[in-house]
Amino acid sequence: MSMTEFPRSTRRALLTGGAALLAMPSISYGQADVLKIGHLTPRTGFLGPLGEFAVQAAALAAEQINAAGGINGRKVEVLFEDSVNPQTASSKAERYTQRDKVTCIVGEINSASALAIGQVVQREKVLFINTGANSDALRGSDCRRYMFHTEAQNTMMVKAAGRAILDQGLVRGKRYYALTADYAFGHDLLRVANKYLSENGGSIGGSDLVPTELTDFSPFLLKLRQARPDVVICNLAGAQITNFLKQYSEFGLRFPVAGFGFDTALAWGAGPGNFLGTWPVVWHHLLEAPSAKAFTAAFRAKYNRPPENQGWSDYTAMKVIAQSMNEIKSIDPTKVVEHLESGAKFDVFKSREGYFRAADHQLMMEMFAITALPAGQARNAYDIFTTSAAMPAASENLETMAASKEENACTFPA
Amino acid sequence: MEFVFILEQVLNGLLIGANYLLIALGLSLIFSLGGVVNLAHGAFYAVGAYLTVALAPSIGFGGAVIVSPFLVALLGLVIERLLLSRFYRGDPILSLLLTFGLAMVAEQSLRMIFGAAPVPFSIPLFLRGQVFLGEFIYSKYRLLILLVAVVCVAGLWLLLKRTAFGRVVRAGVQNPDMVAALGISLKPYMTAVVMIAVALAALAGTMMAPVTGVTPTMGAEILTFAFVVVVIGGLGSFWGVVCAAMIVGIVRGLAAYAFPPATEAAVYLLMVLVLLLRPRGLFGERIQRFE
Repeated sequence: MSMTEFPRSTRRALLTGGAALLAMPSISYGQADVLKIGHLTPRTGFLGPLGEFAVQAAALAAEQINAAGGINGRKVEVLFEDSVNPQTASSKAERYTQRDKVTCIVGEINSASALAIGQVVQREKVLFINTGANSDALRGSDCRRYMFHTEAQNTMMVKAAGRAILDQGLVRGKRYYALTADYAFGHDLLRVANKYLSENGGSIGGSDLVPTELTDFSPFLLKLRQARPDVVICNLAGAQITNFLKQYSEFGLRFPVAGFGFDTALAWGAGPGNFLGTWPVVWHHLLEAPSAKAFTAAFRAKYNRPPENQGWSDYTAMKVIAQSMNEIKSIDPTKVVEHLESGAKFDVFKSREGYFRAADHQLMMEMFAITALPAGQARNAYDIFTTSAAMPAASENLETMAASKEENACTFPA
Repeated sequence: MEFVFILEQVLNGLLIGANYLLIALGLSLIFSLGGVVNLAHGAFYAVGAYLTVALAPSIGFGGAVIVSPFLVALLGLVIERLLLSRFYRGDPILSLLLTFGLAMVAEQSLRMIFGAAPVPFSIPLFLRGQVFLGEFIYSKYRLLILLVAVVCVAGLWLLLKRTAFGRVVRAGVQNPDMVAALGISLKPYMTAVVMIAVALAALAGTMMAPVTGVTPTMGAEILTFAFVVVVIGGLGSFWGVVCAAMIVGIVRGLAAYAFPPATEAAVYLLMVLVLLLRPRGLFGERIQRFE
């Protein structure tokens, strides 16, 4: 390139750059024209199916944010990475903050990886919104000042499904058999589930920890048949739930099934006729709120399938970030954290608005329980369940679904 | 009473073993004759399953059972001629890298074409239902899988033992140089063996698609077990692999019964034990060129 081609544009760039520097005297956030958000979530492995929805929804949100004028007049650019496992998640989070100078990190599904990212952002002082990891510990003993959660915690999932099966008469005086994924998430979920069920008059008829690599459930189905419980509680994770559902219906077992951790993609993967039971979800595509319908329609138009609850979470996190930074006219992470802690209200694509609880950074919001339609009643491959009313009811405090301070205390480390 | 339930797990274990068998036998054949540890073998299983899901709406499940393994065999032909055939005499690490790469390409391709989410697929209506034998309950469809596995094992055994083709393959496993000295080129035999092996893997994928999650990672998941079965059974031993598949199935069933968290680990412990006591596997033959 010769020198004569760009003197004007260079001078303009210099001026703009100088202005940007004056506006932000202390910290530079990379290039002045684009604002980078680092998306980090499992895209391969047993959580990969959910990560795919997360990536699609985050891309859709960025598109919409940019179409509406970006954040403080700057275009948003989302970087995408596969978080793979806690070690990789940690090093990729470091690369995002140190090399790419991202404004914030969005994503994750695996609780152990979310914990690793939480440690990085705490050190680097960058905002992280966890969109998929459920472990209560992330909101309790492992909570971090710079980590927020749009994903529901395990307690919220258990209370949502618990209320639904309590109404169906499947808890009081009933014996349950629990199958639990043998890792941090499952152990945490089992603890909360046992607490809820025993408080409401249920008793344990059997409990097995299942390795996460297991794909053939036939030995466990034979055990279930032997134990003859009143209800089967499925606390499995990811694609395992799909395997379990397919094989459960293959063996023709008739015990009612309920689970405390779920994602609708797993129901879709099992297929109509195989999907059964009652499960909690943080969101689903059949919600009637206008903003929910708009999100579903936009996602369908772009990707040719309805969004899944994991997609909802990443979409919501992106919108929360854009709205917050636009409202406070700053991208300073500390100011954004203060804003989110102030109880600012957000449209979270449900009937009621949500807000982050200052004590543990959990998004306070409505929850739902879905119940499989009987075989033959599904209209298509996606609308294969009915939904409960929003929980809690409109008259109740949103915080009744979440763990109390006594149940799950958080002290933010300095 | 307790005894009945344990017996039930043992029988179920035998049936689970049959699932691994079709994949393990092919893996063992390719390794014995070509010296290639085919890490892409699980990928053919996954491709078989996805082809079934894609084809079943138009040609039915019955049609897919035939067409899907056939198409995968053709894929095997192309891959064997273009890639694998260059590595039979080379450093084993090269073919290991090649097939490892192929497995990743296949997994990511499936993810890009069909998406990462499990693809719904159910047992055809006429094959659904359960069989009751006193206390014992079993799924009709799994008995069909067992039948298919038995027929394939018998067919493969007859092919290897009773045909001219089989004699050359067995001779090639033992001493390829002698076979060459007799003026027989092993090339076409190797191509045929790869085609048969990957078709069996695809057939396993087809049969398992209705009862397991059809996801891009399904190949990698099954491969580990098939590999363990081959190691336990012993290299070059047909019946060793068959026995090992059954033993692995039974060990899994009993572990699930007695101590569920060790359901998967028990299989690896078994492998360690076998390798300590019989480094060549249960029925492993002494193969000169691998010593």
